[in-house]
Amino acid sequence: MAKKREILRGAEIFCRALKDEGVKHLFGYPGGAVLHIYDELYKQDAVQHILVRHEQGATHAADGYARATGKPGVVLVTSGPGATNAVTGIATAYMDSIPLVVFTGQVPTHMIGNDAFQEVDAIGITRPCVKHNFLVKDVKDLAKTIKKAFYVATSGRPGPVVVDIPKDVTADSCEYDYPKEVEMRSYRPVVKGHPGQIKKAAKLILSAKKPMIYSGGGVILGEASQELIDFSRLLGYPVTNTLMGLGAFPATDKQFIGMLGMHGTYEANMGMHHCDVLIAIGARFDDRVTGDLEKFCPYAKIVHIDVDPSSIAKNVPVDIPIVGDVKHVLTDLIDLIKNDKEKPDAKALKSWWQQMHDWAAIDCLKFDRTTDVIKPQYVVEKLWELTKGDAYVTSDVGQHQMWAAQFYKFDKPRRWINSGGLGTMGFGLPAAMGVKLAFPEETVACITGEASLVMCIQELSTCLQYNTPVKIISLNNRYMGMVRQWQEFFYSSRYSHSYMEALPDFVKMAESYGHVGMRIEKTSDVEGALKEALAMTDRTVLMDFVTDQTENVYPMIAAGKGHHEMHLQPDRELA
Amino acid sequence: MRHILSLLLENEAGALSRVAGLFSARAFNIESLTVAPTEDPTISRMTVVTSGSDAIIEQITKQLNKLVDVIKVVDLNEYRHIERELMLIKLTAQKTDRDEIKRMVDIFRGRIIDVTENTYTIEMTGTGEKLNAFIEALDDSIILEVVRSGVSGISRGDKAIQS
Repeated sequence: MAKKREILRGAEIFCRALKDEGVKHLFGYPGGAVLHIYDELYKQDAVQHILVRHEQGATHAADGYARATGKPGVVLVTSGPGATNAVTGIATAYMDSIPLVVFTGQVPTHMIGNDAFQEVDAIGITRPCVKHNFLVKDVKDLAKTIKKAFYVATSGRPGPVVVDIPKDVTADSCEYDYPKEVEMRSYRPVVKGHPGQIKKAAKLILSAKKPMIYSGGGVILGEASQELIDFSRLLGYPVTNTLMGLGAFPATDKQFIGMLGMHGTYEANMGMHHCDVLIAIGARFDDRVTGDLEKFCPYAKIVHIDVDPSSIAKNVPVDIPIVGDVKHVLTDLIDLIKNDKEKPDAKALKSWWQQMHDWAAIDCLKFDRTTDVIKPQYVVEKLWELTKGDAYVTSDVGQHQMWAAQFYKFDKPRRWINSGGLGTMGFGLPAAMGVKLAFPEETVACITGEASLVMCIQELSTCLQYNTPVKIISLNNRYMGMVRQWQEFFYSSRYSHSYMEALPDFVKMAESYGHVGMRIEKTSDVEGALKEALAMTDRTVLMDFVTDQTENVYPMIAAGKGHHEMHLQPDRELA
Repeated sequence: MRHILSLLLENEAGALSRVAGLFSARAFNIESLTVAPTEDPTISRMTVVTSGSDAIIEQITKQLNKLVDVIKVVDLNEYRHIERELMLIKLTAQKTDRDEIKRMVDIFRGRIIDVTENTYTIEMTGTGEKLNAFIEALDDSIILEVVRSGVSGISRGDKAIQS
């Protein structure tokens, strides 16, 4: 006899579905259209609701949570401005393929299209920056749609999914049945790579004289870090990571030659330029990575492994495309290579590594260690030492982000959390909060700049309310540093609106939010201050480092240049 | 090069705007687009005429396939295929011109489907090129209204494009 199912209201179905989906944290902000749902949230304790102070903060916090845990981040906002405020965070997640499920309230179905109070076409507005979105018009579709949303967000190439729920749907009732699985005839992500292509790739990889392994965020999203390590060790080839891929391969490993791209290392970029076989794994040939496409990897045959066919040959034509989940494809490749009679060309590899070491000897990340004016690089380096390279580090966007990527050597995946694709200032603090909620026992630092930090500063309140003691490392140069750097290089030092007049007293600001504020002005104070802040494991600490105003990020590939045309620090031009 | 893409997609509100939005967001060309339900009312067929280099067409095909509502994408250029477009055209048809217009319609194998004292309304199908040729053969001054459906296409032979 079929079990009689419970009749529940839409708002109850929402809460039950999240519980059945295993959601622990819901980042949100209430409003008229979602009040039925908030009333149900009040009556349950399976899902902890985190009240942010701005909807952008909700999406970034959920995003940070998702990047650190691999689980989808879940957001609930109201209609109209609630939905529009969430858009920046949704687009941020979309560009970096982060699984989010964002629920937006909507005016009642009979009022849709009437320009009702707090009405906005959330489906239309978010369409270009989501993996998919749904409007639920009938309570009978609610549970199934929620299941689909989680499935689409987390499978294949992950991404954000928006579910728009009109208020009347949350008031209507129906039988509750949360499906265990959903089948969608129009959506069936590929898992296994094509065996013929993998075989061809293995042959090419083994024939390389000057190979490069270039891996990206896809390796982290696909939980394939161990496979990447095994694959790389088996071959002994040099490995470079994209900004999004840092941590997938241990940065302190001798095979790691640093990040590549616009602010990548000299050895990584020169390696790209001169390699004869490029193995691209879960990376998408972004313009910040490739530089001028005409000059990109001129001597290389390219193997490209990606779960998303549209990433392949989008910017750069490739010789051997493999569509599939990176974990599966790498496992298959490792098997083939292990069993192949052919071995990597040891002699060629030796001279290739010699070349790598010669390039590395240039020491492209060198900075002045003699001055008492704080060098931002030094702060990041000290943080890395003191946290033994094992902290979760979020960042915002700009110079500090690049220095964090260059000087914090990530040895594990999911430790480096930044907005790589969209480049969203204001991401770092709410993201750090999301990470800390997921891992209360871990050290979570947000490396930021004073311009980025103030974009979502209101979340300091959320940090207090939910006790998420993060360490905010603000590299304060009183400029929008990266804008200033470009203005110095390309606009004859006309610093148009790039400097921050009337900054707040960050120490007092931290204190007014109930946290600890510190201001550090001398190099000799950096280490002590960091130690002190890290020791306060139960407090959020805002560290205002007064850094060198004119420091620039080097090396750098200017727009329109190739990998072999890098600029080093001004007194040591090579290229 | 011009390509005709045949798509099967979920017949759901918003599916059309996802496709249209994709073309505008990624700056792909779109010459015409037609859409209607198939024999299965839950599935729509869309025919898109676009143009671009091989690399761009490859990207368009991949991006369309990536849309969650899209079930299948086929580039009809890869098959022997037939394309047709429907045109409804209203012409001024004064007494003295009527015979000549009727002859032209017959030559192009169209049909006159509505007649008033002053006008003929004509239905014609064919390739876009043929419809253009008909329009060019007319005196511009007698054309009152042109309504074209955009291209529909189907592969030749036994092969059918199904979900």
